[in-house]
Amino acid sequence: MNAPLLKVEGVSKSFPGVKALDDVHFDVSRGEVLALVGENGAGKSSLMKILSGIYVKDAGTIYLEGEPVEITGPRHAQDLGIIIVHQEMNLMPHLTVAQNIFIGREPRVLGFLDERRLNRDTAVLLARLGISEFRPTDLVENLTVAKQQMVEIAKALSFDAKVVIMDEPTSALTQTETDTLFRLISELKASGIGIIYISHRMEELSRIADRITVLRDGKYIGTRERTAVTQHEIIKMMVGREINENARPATMRADNVDDVVLRVEGLSTKKLLRDVSFELRRGEILGFSGLMGAGRTELARAIIGADRTTAGKIFVNGVETTISQPAHAVAKGIGYLSEDRKQLGLLLDRDVNTNILLSSLGRYANFLGFMKTGPGKGTSRKYVESLRIKTPSIFATTKNLSGGNQQKVVIAKWLARDCDILIFDEPTRGIDVGAKEEIYRLLNELVERGKSIIMISSELPEVLRLSHRIIVMANGRITGELTSNEAEQEKIMDYATRISQ
Amino acid sequence: MSKTTTTTAAEKPVGEVTGPSRGSFLRDRLQQSLAFGTLIVLLIFFSLASSNFLSWSNISGILLATAVIGILAFGTTLVIVTAGIDLSIGTGMTLCAVVTGVLLVNWELPLLVGVLGGIATGALMGFINGFNVSVFKLPPFIATLAMMMIAQGLALVVSGVRPIYFSGVDGFKEIALGAIIPGLPNAVLILFLTGIAAFLLLSKTLLGRYTFAIGSNEEATKISGVNTGKWKILIYTVAGIFTGIAGVVIAARLDSAQPQLGVGYELQAIAAVIIGGTSLMGGRGSILGTLIGALIMSVLINGLRIMSVQTEWQNVVVGVVILVAVFTDSLRRRREA
Ligand SMILES: Nc1ncnc2c1ncn2[C@@H]1O[C@H](COP(=O)(O)OP(=O)(O)OP(=O)(O)O)[C@@H](O)[C@H]1O
Ligand SMILES: [Mg+2]
Repeated sequence: MNAPLLKVEGVSKSFPGVKALDDVHFDVSRGEVLALVGENGAGKSSLMKILSGIYVKDAGTIYLEGEPVEITGPRHAQDLGIIIVHQEMNLMPHLTVAQNIFIGREPRVLGFLDERRLNRDTAVLLARLGISEFRPTDLVENLTVAKQQMVEIAKALSFDAKVVIMDEPTSALTQTETDTLFRLISELKASGIGIIYISHRMEELSRIADRITVLRDGKYIGTRERTAVTQHEIIKMMVGREINENARPATMRADNVDDVVLRVEGLSTKKLLRDVSFELRRGEILGFSGLMGAGRTELARAIIGADRTTAGKIFVNGVETTISQPAHAVAKGIGYLSEDRKQLGLLLDRDVNTNILLSSLGRYANFLGFMKTGPGKGTSRKYVESLRIKTPSIFATTKNLSGGNQQKVVIAKWLARDCDILIFDEPTRGIDVGAKEEIYRLLNELVERGKSIIMISSELPEVLRLSHRIIVMANGRITGELTSNEAEQEKIMDYATRISQ
Repeated sequence: MSKTTTTTAAEKPVGEVTGPSRGSFLRDRLQQSLAFGTLIVLLIFFSLASSNFLSWSNISGILLATAVIGILAFGTTLVIVTAGIDLSIGTGMTLCAVVTGVLLVNWELPLLVGVLGGIATGALMGFINGFNVSVFKLPPFIATLAMMMIAQGLALVVSGVRPIYFSGVDGFKEIALGAIIPGLPNAVLILFLTGIAAFLLLSKTLLGRYTFAIGSNEEATKISGVNTGKWKILIYTVAGIFTGIAGVVIAARLDSAQPQLGVGYELQAIAAVIIGGTSLMGGRGSILGTLIGALIMSVLINGLRIMSVQTEWQNVVVGVVILVAVFTDSLRRRREA
């Protein structure tokens, strides 16, 4: 056979304090899906940023169709046909879908922008990709996260690509959208494009990967044919140790059953929620399941006072409470870990220490308001260690952490705050298998210490594994409630697809 | 500074079709129509309060008074849409006027050379601002604050701390006060022409598209393969050209280059931009809005003057108007979220 489409040899890359990539090699052929897996901070995104011209490698060679190439910048990579869908959203929210997709390649007549052609070309592209959820003229800021992700993907596919890189493209997609994406991927394969696919969702690999390459701590560990390897073996290669995957939660201690810490009655919002009522008990993990858009995030936001409610009451420890802004919620001991961490959860330009201590700063100030630095640092270090946050030190800038590690920082922040009621919205999105286990263990530990947790998750196995009770939502209403004994995937899906009443 | 992105965490119902883009179009126009409504209300109020107000001579006086601030504000709209700021436009304008004065009066060069020299000075200052922001990565606030002081100093040095009078220069005064269109001072004509140019630039050209893109998410624009550094230099340079034009216009209107003038103009221009609905956070704004914003300010000042309100109080009123404008803007955004 002729040379592989893209081949990488001996690539290394260091950042101050971290060797992100150390002599890494891999290749991808025409019409192949190569899955690239590894723990958070293993170096996957860095490697892809080198291929797409965002980072400059320290050493190594990249061959495209057998020829060595020096990629000088994002534009050059695009011209070479190497196209990337980034892990973080990279869209201009104030521009339209069409303007985003063709940014840098705007059609023009006589020096002026040709908006008509821009929209027409985009419409043709969306039709070709079978995307009908939004229109070329929609403003990106008005789209949901999932739809924005589809815009990113459409943008990548609008290029004349030889290699398409997808860095965790499905982390914000619903099941149907993921199916659409996989359909697109098989079309790309059929047309001879090589695809590099990064994901932490092991079950996806068996659906679309042809080969799997594993990185660990910036080093190449190995490549396997998908058909010749089990998921368990891959995980072992990734983390370098055995992990126990299927432990169910210890059932709740019976004496807690009547101790209701949070009661919500008839909560409604203008947009979506209709008459939502439920109870959360001390020492319980209450899972919220449902399809994306069912209203679970809206419910959380309504509870913490981030969105206005039109009806309903909230009782904390049996006392009726009005919570009109998130600060009240925190004061009442309710913490909310938002689903959209990048936007709402982190000060990216500040260090890890500051972020972890942000919501509990008051505790580390003396009576004059000066900060006591010692105890705070201890707390930060503790969480960096227990959550395995991969960072050169607690004073590293958060922006420079890998995507998954940034997520862990947000979790650490709320753990440090020590709220009695914690609402976790998709806590493990983008987090690697090893760290997921760590987070599960922490959640269990928290409830054992008498905290109560609401866990919103779209990953059914996770909900099933951790929750003591599961509430299922659809269309802004609660459609079902299951105890951990009676819960199973089919029942949940059945409730989740019930439209109202 | 963190970018504002509007991905609210709120999920939308399954299968819900995104609202027609007309909705967002209208919403974007809302601040503008609010500003426009305010302008109309002010006009009605003052014309009821004073019969002189609606006379053609007063209206053309208002437009004339709007010209300089308006032209400055057009250029600065571009910069603010990129989430930047330009503090150097006020004293920069003065330096341009002084350079024109030196070229025409001291050196007795042809009129066109003087005018182009003034504009080129503005362009050069804008280029340096852009260069400092893009290449040396200085925050726009600091880069242009420094330029503001440099321009102020240079204007005094070059002029010898004395006004330069254009009385001997044929046709210079007519640049602002002549009337190619009878009854309409040329300065006002220039205001409209620069407005149209800025409008076309911002909404119909690549430069405008990248101005919005950079203000919306600079990092994303960059990794999409757009050379954002180059475009920012260009954007600041264009803003500098507007500063230069304003410098020539103010010199012609006063028939002199006043080196002490200029401080404070930048804030008035920025106020006009903000009243017109352009977001200081970048990514949002329009030239039409800026024009309306500039008009609101001069109508207010003119009207208050006609009603014999003291100058000190005029400032207070303008300050309050800015607060109200920004407040309605934030209200609108809160409702959106
Ligand atoms: N710009 C940067 N400056 C400093 N360090 C960086 C930078 N970018 C990445 N790193 C470091 O390089 C390492 C690899 O990061 P990378 O983003 O490639 O991980 P990843 O495999 O994509 O992880 P994840 O699954 O969490 O997305 C991490 O330790 C990270 O902190
Ligand atoms: Mg990554």
